[in-house]
Amino acid sequence: MIAASVPIQRAHHAKLLVIDKNAWIIHAPRSSFADFLRRFDIVVANDAATLPASLAGFHAPTGEALEVRLAGSRSLDGDDVSHFVAIVFGPGDFRTRTENRLLPPRLRRGDRLALGPLCAIVERTLDHPRLVALRFEGSSASIWEGISQHGRPIQYAHVHTPLALWDVWTPIAGAPFAFEPPSAGFMLDWKTVASIREHGADFATITHAAGISSTGDDALDRRLPFDERYRISAATAHALCRAKNNGGRIVAVGTTVVRALEHSALINGTVRAGAGIATQRIGAATPLRVVDAIVSGTHEPGTSHYELLRAFVDDATLRRAADELDARDYRTHEFGDSIFIERRLRCAARAKPAERLLAA
Amino acid sequence: MDTSYPIEIRHDILRGVRVAITGGTSGLGLALVRECSARGAIVAFVARTRERVERVVREIAGSHGIVGDVAKKEDIHPIALQILARLGGVDVLVNNASSLGPTPLVLLADTECEAFEDALATNVLGPFRLTKALLGALAASARDGRGACVVNVSSDAAINPYPTWGAYGTSKAALHHMTRIWNEELIDEGVSFISVDPGDMDTPLHALAVPDADASALKRPETSAREVVDRIEQALTDSGRTAVDASAMNLQNLADVA
Ligand SMILES: NC(=O)c1ccc[n+]([C@@H]2O[C@H](COP(=O)([O-])OP(=O)(O)OC[C@H]3O[C@@H](n4cnc5c(N)ncnc54)[C@H](OP(=O)(O)O)[C@@H]3O)[C@@H](O)[C@H]2O)c1
Repeated sequence: MIAASVPIQRAHHAKLLVIDKNAWIIHAPRSSFADFLRRFDIVVANDAATLPASLAGFHAPTGEALEVRLAGSRSLDGDDVSHFVAIVFGPGDFRTRTENRLLPPRLRRGDRLALGPLCAIVERTLDHPRLVALRFEGSSASIWEGISQHGRPIQYAHVHTPLALWDVWTPIAGAPFAFEPPSAGFMLDWKTVASIREHGADFATITHAAGISSTGDDALDRRLPFDERYRISAATAHALCRAKNNGGRIVAVGTTVVRALEHSALINGTVRAGAGIATQRIGAATPLRVVDAIVSGTHEPGTSHYELLRAFVDDATLRRAADELDARDYRTHEFGDSIFIERRLRCAARAKPAERLLAA
Repeated sequence: MDTSYPIEIRHDILRGVRVAITGGTSGLGLALVRECSARGAIVAFVARTRERVERVVREIAGSHGIVGDVAKKEDIHPIALQILARLGGVDVLVNNASSLGPTPLVLLADTECEAFEDALATNVLGPFRLTKALLGALAASARDGRGACVVNVSSDAAINPYPTWGAYGTSKAALHHMTRIWNEELIDEGVSFISVDPGDMDTPLHALAVPDADASALKRPETSAREVVDRIEQALTDSGRTAVDASAMNLQNLADVA
C-alpha cells in the first residue's frame, strides 16, 4: 500500500473497501459510506480531541535534547492533568523514523525535564529506558495552557510537513483526551453524519483516550495498546440498546470504539454508561459481544490494529483484502483510505459467558 | 423577554451548564461571566490581556480564564482545547469578543484594507473558527440531552448602514447572517444559534467608538447580560435540555465500571 503522506482528513478520492458478512469484497468511494447502512443501525465514533502530546525540550541534569510523547493519563478529569505515562526519545523529531530514534539520556527518578513553558519531574522509571511516569509542576490551568501552546500532535515520518492541531482535529472532536488522533473518524464530516440519519441509522459518540499506535521499539510495541480510559454517556448507552433491540447493527468507527464498547460489555454483555479503562487486547480469538462492524483505516499485519480486525473476519479473507488494497493502490496510515468490515456470520455465534471472559 | 418561567426554575436551568465566553474581561463579556456564574454555570472565558484574565479569575470563584486572541488562526485550537479540557466539554458558546475596526471610526472609503481585515478576523472568522472547533462537543451535548447553543453578539450596526461604522457594521452583518445559516444547518444536530443585539451599552468599546456619548443614557452591560442569559436559558429549554446534570448520571456508574 502507498503511505498517505499529506495531512488531508477527507480527500475527495478516498476509497472504501467493504467486506460484507459473507466475506464478499466491494470497492466504493468512501463518501458513499452511509449507503452501506441500514435502518436501525447505529454508527459510533470516538469524539476525543487529540492532545498535542509531543513535547520537545531537554533533560535538565544533562542538558540533552529530548522529545516526550504523552501516552497515558491518570484520569479523564480536566482538573487532574498532572500525571502522565510518557515515552521519551532522545534528540531529533518526527522526521526520523521512530525505529531509528536515539534513546533519551538515562532517566532517573526526580529528574527534571524542561519542556518549553512546562516542567515535568520523572516520578518513576518504568521497566523500559523510554518509558516513564511524569508529573507536571504547576496548576492544571497552567499545564493545559503549556500543553496547548507548546505541544505538537504526535507525528510519524511518513507525513513530511509538521502537523498542526487542526490537521488532527476531527469535525466531531470534543474533550481532548486522545494521545494520537482517532483517525478512523477523519472520514466523518457533518454531511456524512446527516446522511447516516437519512438512511434511518443513528449516530452516537463515546470518548476514548486513544493511545500511541507505535513506538518503533519492538519490546514496547508488543505491549500496545496500553490501557486506555473511556467514557460512555447515558444517551449513547441508551441509543446502542435501542439499536440492538430493533435489530440494527452496531458500527464502530475505529478500533478504539471497538475496544471501549467491548470492554464495557465484559461485565454483563451490554454496554453501560460510565467511565472505564480498556485493558483487554482484541484479536482473532476474541468473541465480539457488541460490535457488528468496523470502519477503520487500512492497517499492516502485525500491528495491534490489524490484530483487532481478526476478531471480525478470518485470516484468509483479510489476506484477500490486503491483496486488493495493494492491487488497487489504497493508501495506508491515518490520512489514508478506509475499510468497512462486517463481522463474519459464524463469529456472531455467541460463546458461553465463561469462554467469552477467558478469550477477552 | 419571556417571563413565563417562575424565577426558581429559570435559575436552575443554567446549573452545571458549561459556558464558554469570548471577551470576558470587560463590558458585556465580563457581565456575562458574572451572570452565568451566579446562575450556577461553569464558565470559561477568553481574552488577550493576561493580567485582566487573571483579575477576573480571582474575582469570580470557579471561573476558568484562558489567554488567547480569537482573531489569530493559530490561537483557535489552543483556546478550544483549553475550554474543552477545563470544562470537560461545552454546552454554550458566546462569541462576544469584538473589534471596532479603525478607531476613531472613519468613512469606509478612508478605511485601510488591513483595518477592515482586522474587523473581519475578530468578528467573523474568529467566531467561525471557534464554533467549528467546538461543534463536535456542542453536538455531543445536544445528543446527551444537555442542550447546546451558540450565541453570536451582533449589533444594530449589522442592520442599519451607519456612516463611519463600515468595517464593524459589515462584519456584524456577516456574523448575523452566518448565525442564521448555522442555525438552519444544525437544527438536526440539536445545536441552536442565536444572534443578539445587546443595545447601546456603557462599555469601553462604546467609549472608543463614541467618545462624547452621554454614558447615563446608555444601557448597563449587566442589564444586557441578564437578557442574553435569559435567551440562553430559553434556547436550552427549547432544545430539550432534559438532564439537569447529565455528567452526574455518568459519574454514578463510574465506581462499578472502572
Ligand atoms: N457597547 C455597545 O454599545 C455595543 C453595542 C452593540 C453591540 N455590542 C457588542 O457587544 C460585544 C461586547 O462589547 P463590549 O462593549 O462589552 O466590548 P469591550 O468592553 O471592549 O470588551 C471587549 C472584550 O473582548 C476582549 N477582546 C477583544 N478583542 C479580542 C480578541 N481578538 N480575542 C479575544 N478577546 C478579545 C477584550 O479583552 P482584551 O482586549 O484583553 O482582549 C474584552 O474582554 C461586542 O460583540 C460588541 O460588538 C456592543
